[in-house]
Amino acid sequence: MKTTPKSACETCAHHSLENVKKLGVDITNVDFVIALAGNPNTGKSTVFNALTGLRQHTGNWPGKTVTRAEGAFEYQQKKFKLIDLPGTYSLMSRSEDEEVARNFILFGKPNVTIIVVDASRLERNLNLTLQILEITSNAVLCLNLMDEAQKNNIQIDTRSLSKELGIPVVATSARSKEGIPELIATISDVALGKIICKPHKIKNIPPQLEQAIKKLSTAIQNQYPTVSNSRWLAFRVLEGDTHIIEALKTGDFS
Amino acid sequence: MKELEEFDKIIALSNELRWQIGDDFHDDLTEAIYADAAKIVKKTVVQNSQKGTLGIDAKIDNIVTSKIWGFPLMLFLLGFVLWLTIIGANYPSAMLSSLLLDIVHPFLKESTAAIGFPWWLSGFLVDGVYLAVAWVIAVMLPPMAIFFPLFTLLEDFGYLPRVAFNMDSLFKKSGAHGKQALTMSMGFGCNAAGVVATRIIDSPRERLIAIITNNFSLCNGRWPTQILLATIFIGAVVPESYSSIASLAAVVGIAVLGIFFMFFFSWALSKTVLKGEVSTFNLELPPYRTPVFWKTIYTSLIDRTLIVLWRAIVFAAPAGAVIWLICNITLGDESIAAYLVHSMDGFGFILGLNGVILLAYIVAIPANEIVIPTILMLTVMVTGISAGSGSGVMFELDSVSATADILKAGGWTLLTAINVMLFSLLHNPCSTTIYTIYQETKSLKWTVVASILPVIAGFIVTFLVAQIWRIIF
Repeated sequence: MKTTPKSACETCAHHSLENVKKLGVDITNVDFVIALAGNPNTGKSTVFNALTGLRQHTGNWPGKTVTRAEGAFEYQQKKFKLIDLPGTYSLMSRSEDEEVARNFILFGKPNVTIIVVDASRLERNLNLTLQILEITSNAVLCLNLMDEAQKNNIQIDTRSLSKELGIPVVATSARSKEGIPELIATISDVALGKIICKPHKIKNIPPQLEQAIKKLSTAIQNQYPTVSNSRWLAFRVLEGDTHIIEALKTGDFS
Repeated sequence: MKELEEFDKIIALSNELRWQIGDDFHDDLTEAIYADAAKIVKKTVVQNSQKGTLGIDAKIDNIVTSKIWGFPLMLFLLGFVLWLTIIGANYPSAMLSSLLLDIVHPFLKESTAAIGFPWWLSGFLVDGVYLAVAWVIAVMLPPMAIFFPLFTLLEDFGYLPRVAFNMDSLFKKSGAHGKQALTMSMGFGCNAAGVVATRIIDSPRERLIAIITNNFSLCNGRWPTQILLATIFIGAVVPESYSSIASLAAVVGIAVLGIFFMFFFSWALSKTVLKGEVSTFNLELPPYRTPVFWKTIYTSLIDRTLIVLWRAIVFAAPAGAVIWLICNITLGDESIAAYLVHSMDGFGFILGLNGVILLAYIVAIPANEIVIPTILMLTVMVTGISAGSGSGVMFELDSVSATADILKAGGWTLLTAINVMLFSLLHNPCSTTIYTIYQETKSLKWTVVASILPVIAGFIVTFLVAQIWRIIF
């Protein structure tokens, strides 16, 4: 039987979740690896559950996810493995949760990194976002908790935000599953290379520092032509991050 | 070799550059990031007015984190959650125990007899392993099924970070990390979960303090012991109309005492073996969110209750086997259990306890939940009064007063009850927690410290209470 769509929206690929198969913890033979990063308390685990159909416990306190959780979903015959990283405010300190998150984005080489941010607290959340964009180029910003932002009379121009950051921005309210189909479609587009990201690089750096970074990152790039984020590595080496220095020494970026 | 030379060159270059850019490098970078963030937000975000839920949140916060109302409200909520747990768990517990112990247990006994099991095999399997498991389910499942969801609802609402906020200055004074308030709260559910949660604490020193002192949070396996003893002994010393209030107050008192010991040992550790600066941190007070009620109930039942229950069963089954064995294997003319009980009676008396209680705590290392049934069973065996279903058979008595009769026949006084309540708070963590501590610290030394420290505290406290009590009364 053929059903007639009620409106134009329903014919759109983005509208229905019909193409999406939630695979729970079945993470065999995946095509793409997706990392889920974000500040604590932005509803990251809720997004994770909405994407995978899993019911990982979500709690309203910062730092609830201390280990990484894994799950999977299938969309248009491609299998995506999703890794929920611990929520962190930055990637520059040495606590165990931040190291887990940082090392995965840096060395786990996810195909796409979803950055979940709280729409009502965008400025604070952009700190982590901009750091992640220094490390990886394939990212999607998930502007979550839009329902709360609306209650607080906050309006966000997602188009110009996307232009500023150089990555796609999807507005969601994960608790009510709003925006999740669009998020899945966007993740898939980035993973398949249909959307090319040109991530924002930190500006406003004092010229002297900028020069130092450039020198060091060129040296790193020459020695290790395969690394994609020599600029971030240069930041870390300058900072004296022993883990990164060790990785450079052994050439083992994993 | 050439690669290492190149690597050395890069390091040399970075050292040289670090000289040029100076110490403010980290701050410069952070400032640059914030400047970029501010610019982007200015271009893309419009904030129409300050009204909305932020105002309501601030109003709630003014009350729950106020200097006057913060702590009383915390105690009230703790008392309320406990009260609901105590009241609510009674009926399902009674139903489960009549099903598992009065119907299924005799049925298993008869069936194993009918298919010709020798007495020792059916005793070992049915009276030992099965009964221990049945007991844990009957006693543990109902309170957990109420306590965990209630706790999760508070958590989802956003109350826990406020608890951390209220207690922050106390933690700072004791040289510990403010986030320890969160891991401490998790410990009220399960110490093993609390120990894992300490990963949110950045500094290794403060994390160790949080791990070692987590056991002072009265865990779920110990609440039933506290509640039962408080009902029998504490409730009995006040007029009947006040007895439930008195027992509730006693249980809350023990929990608060645990918090006091947690602060004390955090302070003592940070002044001695774990010296160091208190690290500062930002704790974001998240917005209050109305919990998605049924979903929260469902996930907390699946994720917490059943997982914790399963783990308790896994540990209770072998413990049940051990209890049955030590009661039924004799050395000379005494069973091993009777021998152990008698040899520990003297030491027990000094602590205001007895040999039965000490043996029960040794046998029950795998799971705190089986302490009370083990005590009852051993008491019956030692005193020789007729109750229960034979030697080495764990049981629970339907009415609280029957339990009281057995304990009193075993020589229990109000002092014994108080000291068992104290010792239940202050003794080694269960084996799951000990294993988790080892997993998290990867250090035998700190695992031993975390396991022994509370027992020593327990010995000292019960000893002092017993001596003072005996002088006064």
